[in-house]
Amino acid sequence: MNITTIIINVIAFAGLLIAFSKDKKKAIKSLKMAGKSFIKILPMVFLIIIIIGLLLGFMSPDQISRFVGKQSGVRGILLVGVVGALMHIPALLSFPLAASLLEEGASISAVAAFITTLTMIGTVTLPLEIKELGKKIALLRNGLSFIIAIIIALIMRVIL
Amino acid sequence: MKRELKEKEKRGMIRDWILLGLILIILVVLLSIFPDKKGAVISTSWDFFVEMILILPAVMVILALFGVWVPKDIVVKYLGKASGIEGVFLAIILGALPTGPLYIAFPMAAALLKKGAKVSNIIVFLSAWACIKIPQEMVELQFLGARFMISRLILTIIFVVIMGLFIERIIKWGDKEGGVKNAI
Repeated sequence: MNITTIIINVIAFAGLLIAFSKDKKKAIKSLKMAGKSFIKILPMVFLIIIIIGLLLGFMSPDQISRFVGKQSGVRGILLVGVVGALMHIPALLSFPLAASLLEEGASISAVAAFITTLTMIGTVTLPLEIKELGKKIALLRNGLSFIIAIIIALIMRVIL
Repeated sequence: MKRELKEKEKRGMIRDWILLGLILIILVVLLSIFPDKKGAVISTSWDFFVEMILILPAVMVILALFGVWVPKDIVVKYLGKASGIEGVFLAIILGALPTGPLYIAFPMAAALLKKGAKVSNIIVFLSAWACIKIPQEMVELQFLGARFMISRLILTIIFVVIMGLFIERIIKWGDKEGGVKNAI
């Protein structure tokens, strides 16, 4: 168990203690909500860990780095950027997936591009975004987010 | 609207379970064709599973606590009138609060727009909501390390602010071009 895990659990536990001392009803409501969202995310968790297992078990670092490694260059970054933009998984689950890719020889910039497009761009939620905010803002935000994701990825390559 | 959302969520759940079923079938088929890979696949999956199960319940509790305790109108209340550096700063902080998925933020942003909030602040707020969430950053720290997480966080903040200002420019410019007709 590492330090981050411990810190997050301590924060959650402390938060719950404070919540229960302040308002029991609201605290129980929060717990129920947490339980519900945990159950909701569970199938995705299993899905992701199986994909990670298959990815790491069946593909060699050579194969992965050919697509998204250092030598794949900007094309690799663009490729993962697009995949991230199209994928619709909770952002929380993108991190273990990204970590497994990194372990297997993907480049830092490719992984950064993947996480950034995955979180910032929502192709599935785009219709809702257009409805609420108008075509102009929604399309500009999603389009420009892709561009800045690629820029961030390229800068990460230089500084890390 | 609410019922519609619930319906959608339910369908999403069913889709997730179907996907899980499919990947399980793929897993079983692949492992029976290549039994020598079984050890590697299962031990990797297991390692990641343990790491996630130690962290996810706590993240969900933190999210839910904020969801229940932070009033929904706090965003509209504070961001509606904020401007300048203060506005940008507030947009990032309010966006980063651990509350809910992105689609909840759209109606809030729409309400803000109607109240005359700055477009740049709304873009920054939405982007912060999407990718600078506090529990999200903690999970990033856990899996990808401090150097990666902090560099990406700083770069994201810088570029999101630039993007916000840029989009505001374009919208203003477009409004002028589009004539007064649209404004009325």
